[in-house]
Amino acid sequence: MDSTPFPETALPMASTYLDHNATTPVRSEVFDAMEPFFRDRFGNASSIHRFGQDARAAVEEARAQVAGLVNARPGEIYFTSGGTESDNLAIKGTACARKADGRHIITTNIEHSAVMNSCAFLEREGFEVTYLLVDENGRIDPGQVEDALTDRTILVSIMHSNNEIGTVQPVGEIGGIVRARGVCFHTDAVQSAGKLAVDVEAMGADLLSLSGHKIYGPKGVGAIYIRKGVEIEPTAHGGHHENDVRSGTENTVGIVGMGMAAELAAEERESEFRHLSEMRDALEARIRVEIEGVRVNGHPQRRLPGTLNVSFPGAEGESLIMSLDLAGIAVSTGSACTSGAIEPSHVLLALGRDPRTALGSVRFSFGRDNTMGDVDYVMSRLPGIVSRLREVSAASAGQVPV
Amino acid sequence: MYSSTVMDHFHAPRNVGDLPDADGVGNAGNPISGNTIALHLKIADGTVTDAKFRTFGCAASIAASSMVTEWVIGRTADEAASIENDTIAEALGGLPPTKMHCSAMAADGVRAAIKDYRSRHGTVRKD
Repeated sequence: MDSTPFPETALPMASTYLDHNATTPVRSEVFDAMEPFFRDRFGNASSIHRFGQDARAAVEEARAQVAGLVNARPGEIYFTSGGTESDNLAIKGTACARKADGRHIITTNIEHSAVMNSCAFLEREGFEVTYLLVDENGRIDPGQVEDALTDRTILVSIMHSNNEIGTVQPVGEIGGIVRARGVCFHTDAVQSAGKLAVDVEAMGADLLSLSGHKIYGPKGVGAIYIRKGVEIEPTAHGGHHENDVRSGTENTVGIVGMGMAAELAAEERESEFRHLSEMRDALEARIRVEIEGVRVNGHPQRRLPGTLNVSFPGAEGESLIMSLDLAGIAVSTGSACTSGAIEPSHVLLALGRDPRTALGSVRFSFGRDNTMGDVDYVMSRLPGIVSRLREVSAASAGQVPV
Repeated sequence: MYSSTVMDHFHAPRNVGDLPDADGVGNAGNPISGNTIALHLKIADGTVTDAKFRTFGCAASIAASSMVTEWVIGRTADEAASIENDTIAEALGGLPPTKMHCSAMAADGVRAAIKDYRSRHGTVRKD
């Protein structure tokens, strides 16, 4: 009799996981660091007794580990429930704290939905939001930011790297422009951490979002960097935890995991960059040669090392993903957060792709456990899958005037 | 997410292709930004004798297209024209709520093909 609520047979036989921008597995060093805090070291970090002080010490050690990943001081790191909460806190928290100075916010048209929808919420509350338009590679020119700044602008939020296409923004230049004007600069570095140098000083960031589960830490924990002296209004009011920025009893288990994950990510970043780039570049080169009519989305050079987004006109994204899944290959269409919706990816539309091409796009995102053997396996199945779906769609696609 | 019948029809779709001598052709869906079906029917003595499809779309769209070809073969033009939007979803063992439009697209394809057949054969009816 099977007594487990989630039997392993519920999982498909997927053996080639290429969806690390969606989430990563907890690495064993991280799991080992977390384990004692589930049971034996269960204290509330706000308690005065020894159980509490033990948990407090662990939380503060994790804070220093995360600070080290982004070149911040530990006192500038606050733990949250994840990247989405960090983005919400940065944007709504700044809007609320600085609304007397102005009600104008600048962002881009390819942000993660956590930023997009926080800005949309503020528009309904009477704020004005400028959505800068990216170029065909997904890049913002710092001059666009300079031109959009007004004396009513209180916040600029531009992601460091994009989750769907991997394009990296010139955040250092942008941060310099924004801070020179006395405006708050937020960047979502959820996808960059552990892959690119994330340095709050070099970026000129006042606020920066991080997530645990994108760097081989657990889900349900993230962090926000808030530069000393920058004020934001909390979105969760309560018992004054996290220096009154984010109330709620500290998620010690998750925080310890994120701390360890951050320390390892910082140590291994450069070798990770080389490893991911090598596999991604090999897959990209083979797709271009072995499959006709493909289009690679994102900046050819200024791009996350493990991310490859490709359009396969004539084949639809969900069909591609399900066919690949049946072959044991796990990938996604852009952001997993939008995969319940039918609309094409807002990021690919922002690059100027037509809706049908956008619908036929797949994101491959490599991780530390992938090998060149995974590239070979994907290429043993992908060309056949694309050609089968193109065959199924042939005449139907022919209806579209090109 | 999908029933085993959907997965079967997606993975091994029946009747993919075109009928160059089709008696009725139905195009449905959104050719600009969504799923599309091109359904070809061969009709003899008022009964559908063969059906082929081409579909651009998600797994549910391809499965619904495949299923609709099986459903329509052997039916009279009148029976085919009276297909309901959820007929194919039921035949597939159900579809997720967000995918019911795929069943409707397959039904639209059948209705469009029968309409085309009737217009070619001068039997267009007023509904």
